[in-house]
Amino acid sequence: MYSQGLIGADGRTDEAPEFLEAFQKRIDAEEKIEPMDAMPEGYRRTLIRQIGQHAHSEIVGMLPEGNWITRAPSLKRKAALLAKVQDEGGHGLYLYAAAETLGVSRDQMTEELLSGKAKYSSIFNYPTLSWADIGTIGWLVDGAAIMNQIPLCRCSFGPYARAMIRVCKEESFHQRQGYEIVMTLARGTPEQKAMAQDSLNRWWWPSLMMFGPHDAESQHSDQNMKWKIKRFSNDELRQKFIDATVPQAQFLGLSVPDPDLTWNEEKGGYDHGPIDWDEFWRVVKGGGVMNRDRIEARQKAWDDGAWVREAALAHAEKRRARKLAAE
Amino acid sequence: MVSETPLWEVFIRPRNGLAHKHVGSIHAADEVMAVQAARDVYTRRGEGTSIWVVRSADIVASDPAQAGENFEPTADKIYRHPTFYEIPEDVGHM
Amino acid sequence: MALWEAVLELADDHLVLGHRVSEWCGHAPMLEEDLAMPNMALDLIGTARTLYDHAGALEGAGRDENRLAYFRDERAYVNCLLVERPNGDFAQTMLRQLYFAAFMEPYWRQALHSSDAVIAGVAGKAVKEMAYHIRHAGEWVIRLGDGTEESARRMQSAVRALHGYTGELFEAGADAGGVLPDRAALRGDWDRVIGEVFAEAGLRQPDGVPMQSGGRRGLHGEGLGHLLAEMQSLARAHPGAVW
Repeated sequence: MYSQGLIGADGRTDEAPEFLEAFQKRIDAEEKIEPMDAMPEGYRRTLIRQIGQHAHSEIVGMLPEGNWITRAPSLKRKAALLAKVQDEGGHGLYLYAAAETLGVSRDQMTEELLSGKAKYSSIFNYPTLSWADIGTIGWLVDGAAIMNQIPLCRCSFGPYARAMIRVCKEESFHQRQGYEIVMTLARGTPEQKAMAQDSLNRWWWPSLMMFGPHDAESQHSDQNMKWKIKRFSNDELRQKFIDATVPQAQFLGLSVPDPDLTWNEEKGGYDHGPIDWDEFWRVVKGGGVMNRDRIEARQKAWDDGAWVREAALAHAEKRRARKLAAE
Repeated sequence: MVSETPLWEVFIRPRNGLAHKHVGSIHAADEVMAVQAARDVYTRRGEGTSIWVVRSADIVASDPAQAGENFEPTADKIYRHPTFYEIPEDVGHM
Repeated sequence: MALWEAVLELADDHLVLGHRVSEWCGHAPMLEEDLAMPNMALDLIGTARTLYDHAGALEGAGRDENRLAYFRDERAYVNCLLVERPNGDFAQTMLRQLYFAAFMEPYWRQALHSSDAVIAGVAGKAVKEMAYHIRHAGEWVIRLGDGTEESARRMQSAVRALHGYTGELFEAGADAGGVLPDRAALRGDWDRVIGEVFAEAGLRQPDGVPMQSGGRRGLHGEGLGHLLAEMQSLARAHPGAVW
């Protein structure tokens, strides 16, 4: 993704109505927008915000699962979990690269994450308290992410869509990995089954919140849909997720912690109880039990790594000088 | 503040017989580390048999503002395409 | 028959080092290394798994990979001391990786001709993995040794911290009856690789550092017990459970 030249450049465009109209026509014709193409400033800003947030979520998302790598209960599970957490890092990397084509650098984005200016998916501010959480995260959190991500493979911005195709291809094992863990627990000892149920109880509602506020309250939705940055509304995706997941829980003999959950024949989907949006906003705004720890862990890795990054650059400079001297 | 580690574009040959294809980017301080990072990031599932890396800053791109003058003049040169010529079916495949 | 114990030594080396490297996941100095280190950890853990299975089969007491990995205490672990050293900073982790890989690469090259088909099979895969680990870790040791003043100081202090654990690599352990390579014979290869990297990195091998030993007899430092306590806690809390 080749727009290093753009970094730091002023991305302002002449946003005359004719320009916006012509741009919208390209979008409507399902043309992909590429980094060097003229685009409305709002489109660029929205993408930077969204891709950055997505990348940060992958990176912060390494922490709750990473919390169990050293305690995975079998060598097979240890290897699979390690590979999965590594994949999340890779996905963050692809996404940062996609955002970098828009004239923002990875370091800038990292600093925004660390300063709290940039957000990441709130689900990762919940702690992983048992091995079952590793299964549940794969099953529910990756399951919810896939619902969100598959439509993004058709996003109007080329680099984002391409990154997402790679991400989705790699993620296909994540949800299965998680479901298999939960299934093994659900069929295991009474303690293991209790562990699985407790985990579902804790992660169910936060997973539903991952899709974001109800459509009526979502401030960015309309324009994003028009620009084809987003293709389905929050509520549509949430409904799809519930309809897909409830039978999977039933198959395991686990109960979904929602007393109001009922099948609605007429709409061909489940009705669910009210989501606690106060909790959602509390956690988004930093009030979750892990918010502070997550950012501190990222800050520590960033600070502790500074001398390494600096040394690599210093060495590269010496190599260049030696090569020049030898020529 | 430490200055930023340069950005590199990564091209991978999926298997011999195919061309290297752009797969994404990585950050690395120099060319040796760039190849290593490309290997560790982009070939975790056996995706490649060869890697190219090039500094993003070294890529020279055509200007999208000139896309019209660059690429549209070829549109009406239909005689460059085989279907422009009529050959009787009896002649067989040509 | 002590072959199974000799294979167990190898398996423990790989698991303990793989576990140590995996502790970095999500905390590396740059995102690219967050991807590189799990690759190395997965190579090591993968090799450990095959070796545990093989050791268990040779022992013939019905212990599988997980029984061997999760239900032995530190006194029963027979890894060398180098691999259990804590990660320290990035310089120490990379140097530990280089020391180990520079030993294992010629080891597996020899083992390609082992009369034991499983060992020869593992060697075919592992020899390439170790060659890459040498390159990856070696390039970092060069950059840190010949980078900034701070990195050179950290790199040299990593050498001081780890050098005393390199002698044990070449010591004989359980008698494998000629099925596994002679460790002492690998010294020349190891010296050559380390010498080349150190020359480019501007690092010195310290003199007069006493060499530590004991891992092969289950005599470890205190760090291993904590590593195992963490690794084994869940499996041991539910003995007999399937995961």
